[in-house]
Amino acid sequence: MSSSSKKSKTLDPEKGQHLFYQMLLIRRFEDKSAEQYTKGKIRGFLHLYVGEEAVAVGVIQALTEEDNILSTYREHGHALARGMEPGGIMAEMYGKQEGCSRGRGGSMHLFDASRRFFGGNAIVCSHLPMAVGMALASKKQKKNQITCCFFGEGAAAEGEFHEAMNLAALWEVPVLFVCENNQYAMGTAIQYSHAVLEIEKKGAAYGIESTAVNGMDLMAVMDATDKAVDKIRKTGKPYFLVCNTYRFRSHSMFDAELYRDKKEVEEWKKADPIPAFQDYLLKQKLITKTELEKISARVDKEVQEAIDFAEAGTWEPLEDLTKFVYSEK
Amino acid sequence: MRVIQFREAIREAMNEEMRRDENVFLMGEEVAEYNGAYKVSQGMLDEFGPNRVYDTPIAELGFAGLGVGAGMNGLRPIIEFMTFNFSLVAIDQIINSSAKMLAMSGGQYSVPIVFRGPTGSAGQLGATHSSNFENWFANTPGLKVVVPSTPYDAKGLLKASIRDNDPVIFMESEMMYNDKGEVPEGEYLLPIGVADIKRKGKDVTIISFGKAMKIALEAAEELAKDGIEAEVIDLRTVRPIDYATCLESVKKTNRCVVVEEANPLAAISSELTYHIQRNAFDYLDAPVIRVNSMDIPLSFSAPYIEATLPNVKRTLEAVKQVMYKK
Ligand SMILES: Cc1ncc(C[n+]2csc(CCOP(=O)(O)OP(=O)(O)O)c2C)c(N)n1
Repeated sequence: MSSSSKKSKTLDPEKGQHLFYQMLLIRRFEDKSAEQYTKGKIRGFLHLYVGEEAVAVGVIQALTEEDNILSTYREHGHALARGMEPGGIMAEMYGKQEGCSRGRGGSMHLFDASRRFFGGNAIVCSHLPMAVGMALASKKQKKNQITCCFFGEGAAAEGEFHEAMNLAALWEVPVLFVCENNQYAMGTAIQYSHAVLEIEKKGAAYGIESTAVNGMDLMAVMDATDKAVDKIRKTGKPYFLVCNTYRFRSHSMFDAELYRDKKEVEEWKKADPIPAFQDYLLKQKLITKTELEKISARVDKEVQEAIDFAEAGTWEPLEDLTKFVYSEK
Repeated sequence: MRVIQFREAIREAMNEEMRRDENVFLMGEEVAEYNGAYKVSQGMLDEFGPNRVYDTPIAELGFAGLGVGAGMNGLRPIIEFMTFNFSLVAIDQIINSSAKMLAMSGGQYSVPIVFRGPTGSAGQLGATHSSNFENWFANTPGLKVVVPSTPYDAKGLLKASIRDNDPVIFMESEMMYNDKGEVPEGEYLLPIGVADIKRKGKDVTIISFGKAMKIALEAAEELAKDGIEAEVIDLRTVRPIDYATCLESVKKTNRCVVVEEANPLAAISSELTYHIQRNAFDYLDAPVIRVNSMDIPLSFSAPYIEATLPNVKRTLEAVKQVMYKK
């Protein structure tokens, strides 16, 4: 679906520029993370979001501060779009105590209670039922609160996906399921893992309203999410949004990408959401060249500051090793 | 004092906590309309309605995970498994989501949740319905594991578990729901992690918990006839374990037998035995001996079951062995 025309009328320069800034921040933050990984500064598994920026930015702009967000191990983009500090995220990947999870979670387990960001969930699909439970809690406590849950198309092959969809529909809870279909689960292309390739069709089995959208088109994602969120707030019922997208980089840093053709990647890069949105802003006169340069400089500065912050970070003292296994009274 | 069934004690604990705190709710298979697979939740749907007592689809992984999310967003779920044998389907949510959340988030998100239901064998149900999971869950930091043996303990400990801010595994037994015991009117709580000396003695210490406590107490009764005074300790909680109470007793009796229904490898009894030899070595007059199930899946066959599970006879033999008696 494509309905960006309607939306464009409501997009003011300030918002447009902010969204562009967010996408660029994610892109450069991720590129820099890859660099820091190669230098051995970041360890463990590192899953980058390059190419998929329009999804996180387009969806999260539709949420309020009261809403909950859960994501996967490929969550830096969602964390940044949510407004989490780049320094706190980078420090977390360094394992420093200034990190958003005190250096106890790492790249795959980013948390920020002050922004209602609930991970960083690294067991594929485990956060879907959790999201339903959080939404059930909102409903029981009569809060005007939506829970938004991001996951990949690979996760949609888990039994847990179906359990979560059924429970959400059965108990009519305000949850937004967002499937980021980037065509691959590690090296397994969607046609090798799903009998039905239109993931959105799976929502119908549970009577959940479902839409698929071009996830490379920020305006389309925004429009679809605004409608979805509106629906959820009005009905209190779940909604399933599939964003068809693509990751430009490898699955994680341990991936020689032997499962896909370089030409395919180049083809998708033509749909890169960032230059596309930049062109759009320029054409609509929502931004000037100078403003673009300013944003670019700001992003570079912030990414560098994030690195500096992480570098200057410290390790949690050994005396705190056994803290947080159980709650303090 | 008033005498009630084990199942009634558990029900009272849930009812009282649900009246006290509207954020507490019960969820599980058959807990509402059917009034509980073992009638533990009888009458609860009538009192609290379907928004506090939820019948779930047969989707353990889904509703366990839902409970974790509800706990992270302000509620206090009680998740009932028809038996812990079925919790295997949900174990990712228990271990990876509930137990690790607080640590992984650097202390930001705790998960106040109780997972409860029967554990262990319950007659001739075959291997899939007969496993003990006390030691499985006790192996995981972040969880607390409560395994009461009397209605009194069950009520006080369940109330404490529901009020706890961390995930608690609360284990019962189909074979105990009909058991009766004294439970006072009115509210009381029991602390998690404190063992209880169920019988005083000076000659030998028998440590057990949960359903196997019956064996330990019956054995002590038998031993008394021979003039042997066994001290019987009920752990009540297997994570954390009240080692101090056990060690104090062993230092007095100098002899110890542990009775546990689980399979022997990496069991609660092996851990206890380690701690006793490590911290009371000089007090021991004999090696600690444990009585566990045989190291095989539990059979359907009645004579095989008899030959597999711990019983009074094997416990008496163990006691005689640590006392060097024929
Ligand atoms: C339960 C589970 N199984 C396997 C893995 C290993 N794993 C990590 S990411 C991944 C692929 C997931 O693909 P998808 O859901 O499409 O998300 P994407 O990585 O493409 O964003 C796999 C198999 C895991 N983390 N958890």
